[in-house]
Amino acid sequence: MIQHLLDGILVGSILSLGAIGLTLVMHTLRFANFSHAELLSVGAYAALVFDGLFGALYSQLRSTIDPLSLTWSLILAILFAMIATGLSAILIDKLVFRRIREKGDELSMVFASFGVAMVLRNLISLFFGLKSQLFSNDIAFAVVISRDPMILVKPDQVFVLFAALLVMLLFHLILSRTTFGYALQAVAENPVLAQISGVNLSRMLMMIWLIGGSLAGLSGIFYGLNNQINPVIGRDLVLPIFAATIVGGIGSVYGAVLGGFLVGIASNLALMILPSGYSPAVPFLIILGVLILRPNGILGEARS
Amino acid sequence: MIGLISYLVFFATVASILAIAVLGLNLQWGNTGLFNGGVAAFFGAGAYGLLLLGGTEQADHIGGFELFYLVALVGGILLSGLIAWVVGILTIRLRRDYLAIATFGVAVAFENLMRNAEWLSGGAKGMRGFERPFEDSIGDPFVFNIIFFCFSILVLLGVYLFLEKLICSPFGRLLRAIREDEVAAQSLGKAPNRVRLIAFVVGSMIMGLAGGLYATFYAFVSPQDVLPTLTFQIWAMLIVGGSGNNQGGILGAFLIWAAWTASGWMLSKFAPVEAQLYTGTLQYIMIGMIIVGMLLWRPQGLLPEKLIVSQ
Repeated sequence: MIQHLLDGILVGSILSLGAIGLTLVMHTLRFANFSHAELLSVGAYAALVFDGLFGALYSQLRSTIDPLSLTWSLILAILFAMIATGLSAILIDKLVFRRIREKGDELSMVFASFGVAMVLRNLISLFFGLKSQLFSNDIAFAVVISRDPMILVKPDQVFVLFAALLVMLLFHLILSRTTFGYALQAVAENPVLAQISGVNLSRMLMMIWLIGGSLAGLSGIFYGLNNQINPVIGRDLVLPIFAATIVGGIGSVYGAVLGGFLVGIASNLALMILPSGYSPAVPFLIILGVLILRPNGILGEARS
Repeated sequence: MIGLISYLVFFATVASILAIAVLGLNLQWGNTGLFNGGVAAFFGAGAYGLLLLGGTEQADHIGGFELFYLVALVGGILLSGLIAWVVGILTIRLRRDYLAIATFGVAVAFENLMRNAEWLSGGAKGMRGFERPFEDSIGDPFVFNIIFFCFSILVLLGVYLFLEKLICSPFGRLLRAIREDEVAAQSLGKAPNRVRLIAFVVGSMIMGLAGGLYATFYAFVSPQDVLPTLTFQIWAMLIVGGSGNNQGGILGAFLIWAAWTASGWMLSKFAPVEAQLYTGTLQYIMIGMIIVGMLLWRPQGLLPEKLIVSQ
């Protein structure tokens, strides 16, 4: 039970990071972006590339940070991969979404995102192969926290959880303390009104893609640290991330964080009663449950 | 020669079955503006429902009721309609995006259930034990395939005529009115959510019909047949052909299916052996590019929607 709860919190922190960007995009641009989860794969593979690059350039970076299985080069790679993912999100918007948006058909955006997801996922398969990869071949040994009940935690998991919480705290401070944060919230709340109030909408949209993309990239990297990296990460995580945004309420950043944790914990607790083969269906049940009980999510507001 | 004809018959049978599913999607998306992200689930419900009701008894899963073919087919269609109805009442009054996400979830959950519930569906091994109707009395499989092809074409034609009649009727006008301006339709005393639900359920039942024919043709269905990528292929057919236009949907189905099989054949013939593992990957990139390209440069599709004056 406690082990499942701990695992759930960890998965939850990863989902939360992915859900923040999705909720912002879904609220400001008003379309369900099915390609958002593919940005997680982009982040994970970008980190793999940068890690290899930095490791090859400076061999002293290849030493691991005890007791983690992470190397210094990977830490550096994470930062670069986040930026790269954010930039690719902007690029995708420039190439596809913005042009379709300008044609004015909101609903074909959803389908365009289907197409973008398909292209991204398969391009990644093509370049990096279909096999799963790992950031590190070192085996990270789990630390026994308690023997009765048996609770195991890997140092990497602790690192991921704290790093995710730190990033969320930083993002919270930006949202609540800076003018940029106010503008971002205003745009998320009501893009048209924000523009009338003097917010540069197209610049803010770029920032939303940059922030959402880099957080998604980080989410993918953290997922890869705890699992394997393969081209279908996005396909496997798209439903949990949608579930997190719907649980939290579309448009609410704090809701996305809360939703991420709730979905992560619920999916892991479900493993106690459901065979693990069924776990991909759990987010769907959560979505249906929320739509019946509270269609606007926990922190969302009613909207037309 | 007989090989070529046999292949063409095979190709055209699958294409016309997929075209039926595209017509179902066109009723939902093209005419009513409902985004169904889970076509594969409704298609699959028809296929699994048919084999469950019409198949012979099997040791590893339930079913095998050996019902009369048309009864089994209708059973599969009703199963698709039932799933659509449940999802529809939950989500259709909400923002349109919710329908896309919820139906996508239905497809994931459906595939997941079929893969895991061995007692119900045979699990990953799939469901077999179905005898194609009249195959024994016909004897020759080649003749059977030709007769089944004619049957599929007739069903396609029937669905096409039904939908053409439907969209030219006042009900069709109502669907488009709701698609274009829900508030206006409501102010005229119409109930948009109820009408949407009807269109959603009927469209999904047409997808179930396509799934049933598909399962009849192969006498087999497995979770591989209901992957989310099927949803994507069927959507691609509609977008390329022209959403809102039934003829366009059929054209799109044949074109995309031809592009799909031709690219698969060319890759297997000319690509180096190492690359053949990536055949599916390359095909999905191709279809994805076609979709995005169409949406960017010709969003109305090859055959645009025609303005219809309903009688």
